[in-house]
Amino acid sequence: MDDKNLIARRIARELQDGDLVNLGIGMPTLVAGHLPAGVHVFFQAENGLIGLGPRPPEGMEDPDLTDAGGGFVTAMPGAASIDSAMSFGLIRGGHLDMTVLGGLEVDERGYLANWMVPGKMVPGMGGAMDLVTGSKRVIVAMIHTAKGEPKVVKECTLPLTSLRRIDLLVTELAVIQPTENGLLLKEVAPGVSVEQVIKATEAKLILPENIPEMQLH
Amino acid sequence: MSTTEVARSERRKRVLSAEDAAALIPDGAVLMIGGFMGVGSPHRILDALVRTGRGNFTVIANDTARPGVGIGKLIDAKLVSKLIASHIGTNPETQRQMIAGEMAVELCPQGTLAERVRAGGYGLGGILTSTGVGTVVAAGKRVIEVDGREYLLELPLKADFALVGAHRADYYGNLDYALTARNFNPLIAMAGRTVIAEAAEIVPVGVIPPDEVVTPATLVTHLLEREKINGR
Repeated sequence: MDDKNLIARRIARELQDGDLVNLGIGMPTLVAGHLPAGVHVFFQAENGLIGLGPRPPEGMEDPDLTDAGGGFVTAMPGAASIDSAMSFGLIRGGHLDMTVLGGLEVDERGYLANWMVPGKMVPGMGGAMDLVTGSKRVIVAMIHTAKGEPKVVKECTLPLTSLRRIDLLVTELAVIQPTENGLLLKEVAPGVSVEQVIKATEAKLILPENIPEMQLH
Repeated sequence: MSTTEVARSERRKRVLSAEDAAALIPDGAVLMIGGFMGVGSPHRILDALVRTGRGNFTVIANDTARPGVGIGKLIDAKLVSKLIASHIGTNPETQRQMIAGEMAVELCPQGTLAERVRAGGYGLGGILTSTGVGTVVAAGKRVIEVDGREYLLELPLKADFALVGAHRADYYGNLDYALTARNFNPLIAMAGRTVIAEAAEIVPVGVIPPDEVVTPATLVTHLLEREKINGR
């Protein structure tokens, strides 16, 4: 399993039957492919669909049915179309059980920066600020370092997405839970040592006595 | 109702060609345009608008799609002097014009943008949202505390023209929408002083049942004529 699928598989274990879940563009979309057996969730596409399904067969796409990345999707039985105000009402109003988003930086306060790199990349925040501020649970899927540089940092240098503390960070090395007192190292990936995680992390990690290996099945 | 009665009904909309619709829009107009990455955008109106050569528009829309697609065509033709959107990451030309100072861009969280448009159309003086509190989005905005929680006061948006992409219209101009092509369309239909709707299909009155009408005909100022197929 590659790093991204390992992250997606671990995050999929956080989903509970019946949840309404929003997956961000990129790595987070892989989570849909790792749903544990017996767990059925509704995926939301913030452009206006509850009950997002997989990509349709080639040549059978509906041009009026896409995900938030503009890719063709299907609607599952029981799906519902909604406008953008209701879509974000679900997100801000506490009706969305979980969002999974990519990250550029996560810091000791549990703050996330994931929407711009000043002077380099200014794509706009899209739905990210609403999702992080409003979702019941916010999980960040992120490769632990970028070109060897830590992305789990003392304090984000990039513009923040929200002042809401994220609930869980999953990387190819570890599962980290931001708390009031700092970042708690909850799990390490198979074959990864606690020392390796500490070395790849700029932020201070709280180390409990028992740090189990990430369960993937 | 006989066919002559349908033809005579005062409530029936007179359809406009895309050219005539675009001709209504002057230089410098504020436009709300439906669509998400081009899905649900009124493509024939946008094409006709590019052909008019008018510009200096303020565009309020979720995104600018991609170069050559939907609202991206207005960007390509440099017709937009100000843009209010939530996401421009899929259109490098929008980013280029922004960085070069050719176009002013205000980035707004998507849920906030939807509510600002809704507030404009629903007669509200603004909305309070916790989205953006403590971030760069909060710059220059009033923070209002309600029950111990901080919110940003976000102001309503209105437009001279709302350009709506719909699934079906009936002869009166009642509209419904298809799947994710709905997005901002029902919201902007409330917030434009003049509303021009482009539907994929025009059907007799009654085909869209009352429960399925999303945008009532009274909101629609002009309906675009149906698209001709094989010249008919």
